[in-house]
Amino acid sequence: MIRIKNLHKSYPIGKDSLHVLKGIDLHIKEGEFVSIMGSSGSGKSTLLNIVGLLDEHDEGDYFLNGQEIKNLNEKKGAVLRNKFLGFVFQSFNLISYKTALENVSLPLYYKGVSRKERQKIALDYLDKVGLKDWASHLPNELSGGQKQRVAIARALVTQPKVVLADEPTGALDSTTTDSVMDLLKDINNEGMTVFVITHEEEVADQTKRIVRLKDGIITSDTINVQRNPVKTV
Amino acid sequence: MKFIFDSDTWQEIYGGIRKNKTRTVITIIGVLWGIFLLVTLLGASRGLENNFKTIFGDFATNSVFVWTQRTDLPFKGFQKGRRVRLTIDDVEILKREYKEIKFIAPRSNSNSAITRGFKTGNFNISGDFPVLDKVQKKDLIFGRFLNENDIKLKSKVCVIELEIYEQLFDKNEEPVGEMVTIGNISYKVVGVYKNGTIAFDGAAAYIPFTTFKQVFNTGNRIGWMMITANEGVDILQMEQDILLTLKNIHKVDPEDKKAFGSVNLAAEIGKVTGFLTGMQFLTWFVGIATLIAGVFAIGNILLITVKERTKEIGIRRAIGATPVEIRRQVVLESVFLTTVAGMLGIIFGGFVLFLMDTFLGSGPDPTLINPTVNIPIILFAFLILIVLGTLIGLIPAYMATLVKPIDALRDE
Ligand SMILES: Nc1ncnc2c1ncn2[C@@H]1O[C@H](COP(=O)(O)OP(=O)(O)O)[C@@H](O)[C@H]1O
Ligand SMILES: [Mg+2]
Repeated sequence: MIRIKNLHKSYPIGKDSLHVLKGIDLHIKEGEFVSIMGSSGSGKSTLLNIVGLLDEHDEGDYFLNGQEIKNLNEKKGAVLRNKFLGFVFQSFNLISYKTALENVSLPLYYKGVSRKERQKIALDYLDKVGLKDWASHLPNELSGGQKQRVAIARALVTQPKVVLADEPTGALDSTTTDSVMDLLKDINNEGMTVFVITHEEEVADQTKRIVRLKDGIITSDTINVQRNPVKTV
Repeated sequence: MKFIFDSDTWQEIYGGIRKNKTRTVITIIGVLWGIFLLVTLLGASRGLENNFKTIFGDFATNSVFVWTQRTDLPFKGFQKGRRVRLTIDDVEILKREYKEIKFIAPRSNSNSAITRGFKTGNFNISGDFPVLDKVQKKDLIFGRFLNENDIKLKSKVCVIELEIYEQLFDKNEEPVGEMVTIGNISYKVVGVYKNGTIAFDGAAAYIPFTTFKQVFNTGNRIGWMMITANEGVDILQMEQDILLTLKNIHKVDPEDKKAFGSVNLAAEIGKVTGFLTGMQFLTWFVGIATLIAGVFAIGNILLITVKERTKEIGIRRAIGATPVEIRRQVVLESVFLTTVAGMLGIIFGGFVLFLMDTFLGSGPDPTLINPTVNIPIILFAFLILIVLGTLIGLIPAYMATLVKPIDALRDE
């Protein structure tokens, strides 16, 4: 699903450049539940943004669903994002003047789905995250956990290949963190590839594979045995 | 172009506009004001123009008025400062010499008390020929104007203005055939007329020229004359020629600018229409300048909101909006705002014109008559508005896609 080879990324800072990713090799297969662990500034978000086609890599190869990602223009990027990827952000990134239902149905709008169909699908997904009764509420009428569940519904609504979550629990307390992680686990159990960034051990513990990142290099990549009771490697 | 008819597109635009009500109102007011000014000013100046047309409508517009004053230059042994007098003979000479003259109305004026029973008042008395009715159409309410018979018989008859009638007669009293006293002499009223907006004679009683001559003992002298030219005659040239002829007859230096006075109605009307054209031009200038300022205000505010909405735009792009879709939305928002503002401006403008028409356009002395704006002009202004709205929307639209979604979404 995601195949990364010797990936490098630098940010120009004034005359110098900051080398953030220094040769990443990563292969994520369909249906995996992977977490990227690392301290702040280790390059987790940079990696996720490249995987999510929001940013470009400088060196190395990146294949998404078998397609090489190279010199992507804005339009192609948008279409691929809409088709293959669902995003969940730490700060939810819901549109403030749109109701929960409208937020969830927006990706379908850009996909060209008809209005009626959109409403129906979006409501189904809101139901799935347990917020059907909150469909007509604005984001500021929802709790943090509820907002993140709306964001997850929005990420799922186009039936993407991969869900990318950048510290989805970073702004939540421990109980809501658990409910969000349970939701991501459910999604993964239905076959969705889920890719989570976190710096919390408890969160990473709930995923099936933990990749540790330090100073732009992968230091370890382990199967979480606890979560893979029947899996044979 | 399918997206324009897609209700979802408009739903999105409505959402964006609703979010920022104050901004929407401010932008709308900018354009609204411009097109409102354009509509009302154009309508008002059209109303004024129509009014001028009806005011001058009473007059044969290709007319010249000539009268006499004192000479300003010595000539052929005459001192300067000599009083020159027009005579009835001059009229005959001019009639003979100038084929381009259609009508010539010699006139003499005085004023005097007019009395009927116990009622009296001081009014202008004018000795006239029936031809006056041709040069300046008289709006008769009762009876008739002077006729050739009155001139021939030196009849003691008069045609009085409505004001005189109202002062000397009771309401609804039949004036024709009644007697009034002018000076010491009794005259029979044969008609009552009503002055238009422009009246040179004020409230005057017209009596036959021949009667005037006898009663006021004016001999051959006349006060002044009104001359109307045939269609297509160069009236300014004719005016100069006639003045030269008169100077020649009365032994006045051809260079003397004071001896004869004259007013050329065509030239005066030209000044007024020139003024109106100037006003129309000013209207367009002011209207369009305001309109452009309004449209710029919209562009500017859209630019600000695009900056405010970078995050929102970033989100939209992350979930699959292409740059074209983002730009399209901003441009449509701009066009929508300008169009709505334009329509409101036209509606308000039309409403104000309607009010002008009701309050200033009726009654005995209207300031404006039928203040209207041509539909094609409105459509044209509207089209310009849509084009400007599109153009001005392009800048913020471009700015909206300049920021990478990743930069817009960065959490810090
Ligand atoms: N657009 C950017 N320009 C310059 N430096 C950046 C940019 N984005 C991230 N960085 C830097 O790159 C490093 C890695 O950042 P990031 O991937 O966000 O780390 P993490 O998500 O693991 O905290 C940090 O030092 C950060 O300051
Ligand atoms: Mg980060």
